[in-house]
Amino acid sequence: MIYAILRRFGQMLFVMFGISVIVFLIFFATPGADPAARIAGRNASPEVLAAVRHSFGFDQPLYVQYTRMMEKIFVTGDLTSFVNRGWKVVPAVMDSIPVTLSLVFGAAILWVVVSIIIGIVAAATRDSWLDKLLMALGLLGISMPVYWLGEVMNLITQSRYHDSWAFSWVPPLGYKNFSDDPKGWFLTLVIPWITLAILYIGIYGRVLRAAIIESMQEDYIRTARAKGLSETRILLRHALRTSLIAFVTLFGLDFGALVGGSALLTEVVFGLHGIGKLTYDALQNLDLPMIMATVMYASMFVVIANAVVDFVYILLDPRLRAS
Amino acid sequence: MILSVRDLRVSFRTHDGPVRAIDGVSFDLGESEILGVVGESGSGKTVSLLAVMGLITDPNASIEGSIRYKGRELVGLPARELRRLRGNEIAMIFQDPMTALTPVYTIGWQIAEQIRAHRGLSKAKAMARVEELLAEVNFPNPHEAMSRYPHQLSGGMRQRAVIAMALSCDPTLLVADEPTTALDVTVQAGILDLVRKLRAKHKSAVVFITHDMGVVSELADRVMVMYAGRVVERGTRTELFSDPRHPYTRALLGSIPPLTGQKPRRLPAIPGSPPSLLLLPQGCAFGPRCPVRYEPCEADKPGLGNSAHAAACFRVAQA
Repeated sequence: MIYAILRRFGQMLFVMFGISVIVFLIFFATPGADPAARIAGRNASPEVLAAVRHSFGFDQPLYVQYTRMMEKIFVTGDLTSFVNRGWKVVPAVMDSIPVTLSLVFGAAILWVVVSIIIGIVAAATRDSWLDKLLMALGLLGISMPVYWLGEVMNLITQSRYHDSWAFSWVPPLGYKNFSDDPKGWFLTLVIPWITLAILYIGIYGRVLRAAIIESMQEDYIRTARAKGLSETRILLRHALRTSLIAFVTLFGLDFGALVGGSALLTEVVFGLHGIGKLTYDALQNLDLPMIMATVMYASMFVVIANAVVDFVYILLDPRLRAS
Repeated sequence: MILSVRDLRVSFRTHDGPVRAIDGVSFDLGESEILGVVGESGSGKTVSLLAVMGLITDPNASIEGSIRYKGRELVGLPARELRRLRGNEIAMIFQDPMTALTPVYTIGWQIAEQIRAHRGLSKAKAMARVEELLAEVNFPNPHEAMSRYPHQLSGGMRQRAVIAMALSCDPTLLVADEPTTALDVTVQAGILDLVRKLRAKHKSAVVFITHDMGVVSELADRVMVMYAGRVVERGTRTELFSDPRHPYTRALLGSIPPLTGQKPRRLPAIPGSPPSLLLLPQGCAFGPRCPVRYEPCEADKPGLGNSAHAAACFRVAQA
């Protein structure tokens, strides 16, 4: 067991190392991606370019640049932005992490709970009007782009109907720290949670319904019926349990990606300064230290999420425990 | 009489029109009697017993006729009532032990689940009962086996676990759907032995579905031969094996290699293949493959008659 965890940890480090090298090479070693030219601005004279290059250390060999950057991210933590000199990168990332985590965790709880309920109800009432209605709603949820849905939500809750009884509780856009104001934290996040979750509720509800219906065809369901169990018990204890594996796989991938910055659109629409927004701004300015830091952070979450998924698999499926 | 089936008809609506999978099947089963049901794949032997169990869940299926269990009509019985019988008084063993158990639970858990569904036992008491049952079906180490998952057991062991599960509530009627087909021969012998012993101990009546005449000759008290959804011959085991009347039964028996005497160069096979249930001939369904058919076979379906040893064949009626 301990060996397996250590091996998994080793794999995680290896993957993160690979990602850091690739990202570094993309920004420093691909032709045309000269960071010095970007920093110096358009029409900079060769002297200025050379000065910038020297000042930021771009005239040193690549491996030296890479090692320095990694050292500054992970060891000393005093990496500064190329664009906004003096701005410390690591604290900036640390400040955005709670925003993104709050957004994604809340949305994930919402979408997991709601989509499991929808999947079960749709599978249990298969081919009825209720099933068709739920699946049509799911499709609708999948089809609505999150930036559009977010803007519509804002339009309704922040301006058009903000003064009505239904939405007067919605605070202005932005993020409030949980430690300062737990109630404000919750209220500001309710609408973003719903917005982000709707897409995933649609996908997960449909996936779970299909998986349950597939398991209901299995021989062991017939055995369960022959045992005289109730349909509810058969559905929940036998069919659902074996259907959760596909669900967990999908969840690990989506959750990792979202925490790593894929929630960008939601963050922008709702004025939440999370990791996605930070990465996006850094890419706009080609702020390499910031890009390196956010990418390292994102890859860490993706590999952690995958490791957690592997662990949950083992809990769900005893057939995987032996190996 | 434990089970009395009269004129059972099961049909399915399909895209190509209605298919009658079971057409007028009748049989009786006495206490602790073993009835062997024989037939090729698609002859309706499994469907007819699934109908008895109330396990035909296909919404396109319709079941007519009468199935009486201890005098109580099962056709049209509310699902709740049927569920109370199923697994409790009427239990079933399935063909493929590899897929018949839920992969994510231990076998102890799965057997206890059935006991607790029908008896209000505590978890600990149910588990104690599971251990007894597993010992009864010859698990070498029942206590340890309870915490095993299905994938950790061999096919024979899994089938024993399924049998233990079926017996957990002392059923009066046990339906075994080809329980030995997926197993190798030595394991088969063990399972048959087990069924015989359990019949003696639990006094259960057994319906044993198989396509293996050898298994029937070892186990059954009475035999029912099915072809294309109808019973073509019924009788006691001795009657059927010493005096087979229907040409299909004779052909089935003819295709078993003899143990003594000269070995035939080739075993005789029945020419042709079973008819599609969508395109049944107007007359006898076995007619097109029958070596002794004559004019009446083309026009009408032969009836089974009422005698104890009966065959649905015009040639037999004529003789």
